[in-house]
Formats: sequence, structure tokens, C-alpha cells
Amino acid sequence: MDALTPIAVISIFTLSVFVGFEVVSKVSSTLHTPLMSGANAIHGVILVGAIIVASHSDTNLELVLSLIAIVLATINMIGGFVVTDRMLEMFKGKKGGDK
Amino acid sequence: MSNFIYDLIGLTAGVFFILALKGLSHPRTARRGNLIGAIGAGVATLVVFFHGEIKNLWWILGAIAVGTIVGVPAARKVQMTQMPQLVALFNGVGGGAAALVAIVEYLSLGETATTAEVIFTVFTVVVGCVSFSGSIITFMKLQELMTTRPVVFPGGRFVIAATLAAVLGSSVWVVVSLGTTPLLVVAGLSLAFGILFVLPVGGADVPIVISLLNAFTGLTVAASGYVLQSTLLIIAGTLVGASGTILTRMMAEAMGRSLFGTLFGAFTAKPQDTSGVAEERPVRSGSPDDVAILLNYARRVVIVPGFGLAVAQAQHTVRELADLLISKGIDVAYGIHPVAGRMPGHMNVLLAEANVPYDQLAEMDEVNPTFAQTDVAIVIGANDVVNPAAKTTPGCPIYGMPILDVANAANVIFLKRSMRPGFAGIENELLYDPKTMLLFGDAKASLTKVLSALKAL
Repeated sequence: MDALTPIAVISIFTLSVFVGFEVVSKVSSTLHTPLMSGANAIHGVILVGAIIVASHSDTNLELVLSLIAIVLATINMIGGFVVTDRMLEMFKGKKGGDK
Repeated sequence: MSNFIYDLIGLTAGVFFILALKGLSHPRTARRGNLIGAIGAGVATLVVFFHGEIKNLWWILGAIAVGTIVGVPAARKVQMTQMPQLVALFNGVGGGAAALVAIVEYLSLGETATTAEVIFTVFTVVVGCVSFSGSIITFMKLQELMTTRPVVFPGGRFVIAATLAAVLGSSVWVVVSLGTTPLLVVAGLSLAFGILFVLPVGGADVPIVISLLNAFTGLTVAASGYVLQSTLLIIAGTLVGASGTILTRMMAEAMGRSLFGTLFGAFTAKPQDTSGVAEERPVRSGSPDDVAILLNYARRVVIVPGFGLAVAQAQHTVRELADLLISKGIDVAYGIHPVAGRMPGHMNVLLAEANVPYDQLAEMDEVNPTFAQTDVAIVIGANDVVNPAAKTTPGCPIYGMPILDVANAANVIFLKRSMRPGFAGIENELLYDPKTMLLFGDAKASLTKVLSALKAL
């Protein structure tokens, strides 16, 4: 893979910071918890990184550590999206959603 | 798959994440937003398998299966009341995963690592470990596996400062020596720092810390993206880091805290003044019938739900009570403090679960001016959010937090389990006010009794 130049990295980073600021700037306090939970699930995408390191690890130590990373990242990502969905489901206020 | 296509799909996933956060910011689109985020993450995960050589495929798939088997049931079965600590835990394991990824990549790069890569690796390990151990402590505080009060010990701030200095010192050691041992030392010290950093935070401020650690984890993901040369990880991590920082600030504002005060308040706070705890002071406690009579002759009732209501699973009973009062022609509103429950918005989730109509839920700024015209304010399992100490006692842990002014109502009824102070651990003067009536017991049992007394009238 071609190396990312430092200026490319800095550009991506800077623009993402501004987008991140803008996107959530007007959220009501009602949605703070689901939004935090959703953002939390998104950083579970470190799973991609964990898979990459696992897929080229040569020693047992590297493999074991990266497999633990995969387990943890999967919990973060999938669990995070599921629990956020459950929270938001409540907001519909439909009948039958008891318990 | 060519690099170009791969990167293009990565970029698409990044755009999905932006749309997800945007959707999550509005009530109507929130659920769709979350789904879009999940799709983005799913696609990003899937395409890795079609890019480059994949060794250890079955091990990888097995590990994903294990993570799914652990994560999904936890997310499905968790009681809504315990959801904040689950989010904390998910955040912590994410931070741990990022730290591990950085360590493995460091091991495999060995001598070939550039200085920039080493610096980003160390950053990921430090912040990932802080996020991991810090989140575990927030989990334990919320789960009440340990005290929810600030843990301050003599010389604590020096220990914390020394640990931080040691983290920074050993980080430099890694960059200079490129050794494995120094990196493990950094990881160990960072774990210790995460614990020390969260211990002095009081229970009521824990959500802010969770949000901050969430932003931290985002940044570690971005940093590991640099080491792994993955644009997607840089975008996703930075997005979470930036939006998480803003969110943390907004939460702190909703609670009337400065972010700085929350994080470092415990360093300056003196051990709490415990005067007044020892003496037995008279309170006026009433029976369910007394409460029913008060309610029956009220024209306007404001219900202030707190975490106690959620613990007792009384949200359905309280809705029945509200419905009955409304059928008697009484004006009923729920006064929702932004941080009622354990997190901003937590109470809205719980009441929505009990099918309380959305238009009866009044936010703090809406309901506060109406307390003067309110005959009865009924506080159910809440304490800190109505504690006048937030206005009158400078130096107490919740000082400055906006509160619901239930004291302005003609009568105040507290449904409490005991005289135990709330989550923040502060005595509430309002309990001793002559116009306050206390009804002790489990919120659900008490409400049921009030309900039947009211029906009998």
C-alpha cells in the first residue's frame, strides 16, 4: 500500500475534526446518551485494525494479542450498535414495547 | 481487490459514519443513523478480508464469533437502568483493543519502525490503556461495586502527578530505545494512571468522564490508523474524538459543571463536611393516604422522576398514577432534569419505555417557572437533581448544577427508600423543610399504595 504522506494525514485529521464538531453541535440533551453510545460503537471499527494485524502476525504472541484485540473490538462494535438501537427503540413510544 | 477500490470503500464507510452521527443528533432520524453507522462498520470489516493476504483466517473468524457471542446478549439483555455502565464497558474494551493493536504492530515492525510510527504507537498505547482502566472504574462506580463518592487519599494528587510524569518519561524511553520492555512499562503505568484519574471523580460526574474516555478511545483509533496506514481508521477515530469532545462539553454544561472542575475538582475539594449528619433531625413522614389526599385536591402536579424510580421499575405504575390524576382533571407534567437517572437523556429513555406520552415530559427550563403555580411536586427516587445545596452551598460537589426548583411548589412529596443521601452523597436540606412530606419505601410499592388510596377516595 502506498504510504500516506504526512500532509495527507494532517488534512484528513483536520477536516474530520471540523466535521465531527459540526455534526453534533445542535443535539438536544435528550439524545446525549444514545449519541455517545453510537459514537462509542463507531470507534469499534478498530476491529478493522485488529483484523489487519492478526492477518499478518507471524509469532504466536502477536497472534494471541491480536485475537484478543479482535474479541474486544467486536464486543465494542456489535454490542455498541445493538445497545444504541435498543435505546432508540424506546423513543418510538409504541405500544407493546413493555419490559 | 485493488488498493484504489479498497480505499474507496473505506472512504464510503467514513461517509456513513458522518451520516450516522448526523442522524443520531435528531430524534426522528436517530435510529436510522445508528443503522447507517452499523452498515458502515459492517462493510468496512467485510472488505478487509478481500484485501491483501489473510493469514490465520479461521482464528480471526473464531475471535469475531466469540466477540459477537459475548457482546450481543450483553447488549440485548441489559436492563435499561444499567445501560450507562454497559456503554462504559464497551468503550473500555474498545480502548483496550486499540492499545493491543498498537502493541502488536509495534512488535511486528521491530527495528523498521519510523520515529513517527513509534510516537503514534506510544500515544495509542497510553490513551487506550487509560481509557480501558478508567472505563472499568466508571463501570464499577455505576454498578455500585465500589463507592460512588470521590475517592481521595492523602497525597493523592502527588501520586497522580508522579504517575503521569512516569508515563511521559517511559514514553520517551520507548521512542529512544525502541525496546519492547519499555512499551510494556508504558502500558502498565498508563493502566495505573487511568485508575487514579477516575477514582477521585464523584458519582454524579461519572457520565462526563465516560463521554471523555469515549472521545479518548476515538483518538487512539485515529492514531492507530496512522500506524496501520488506514484512512478509514483515521477518519472514524477523529470523528468520534471530535464529536465526543463536543458532547462531553455539552454534557458538562447541561449539568452546570466546567469540564476542568469535573476532572480536577476532586483535587481541590476538601473531604466533605459531614456536620449535620450525626444529629437526628425531625422529618415529616406521611402515609400513602396522606399523599393521596394531597394529590386529590391539587390542581397541578409535577412528577419528578429519578433513578430510584428506574431501580424500582416503577415507570409503569407512575404512568398509571398520572393517568388517574389526569382523569380527575388535574394538570400533570413530568419534570425531567437533563441528567436525571445516570446520564443525560437516560430518564427519557426509561419513561418512553413505559409509554409515557412525549408531550407530558417537560424539560427543566420549561417546568421550572411553573413550580410556583404547582400544588404538589412529587419527587420519586430523585435527590441530587432537586437538592437546593446546588444553589446555596458553594464547595459541595454539585454546586452550580442547575436543579429543578421543586422547593417553589406548595407541597413537596419525596418517595424515598431511606434517608440515605443521593448518588452524589450530599445531604438534602429540602427533606427537612416543613412543607415536605416523606413517604418511605420502595417506589413501586409506595406508588401502588397511593394509587389504590386515590381510587378509594
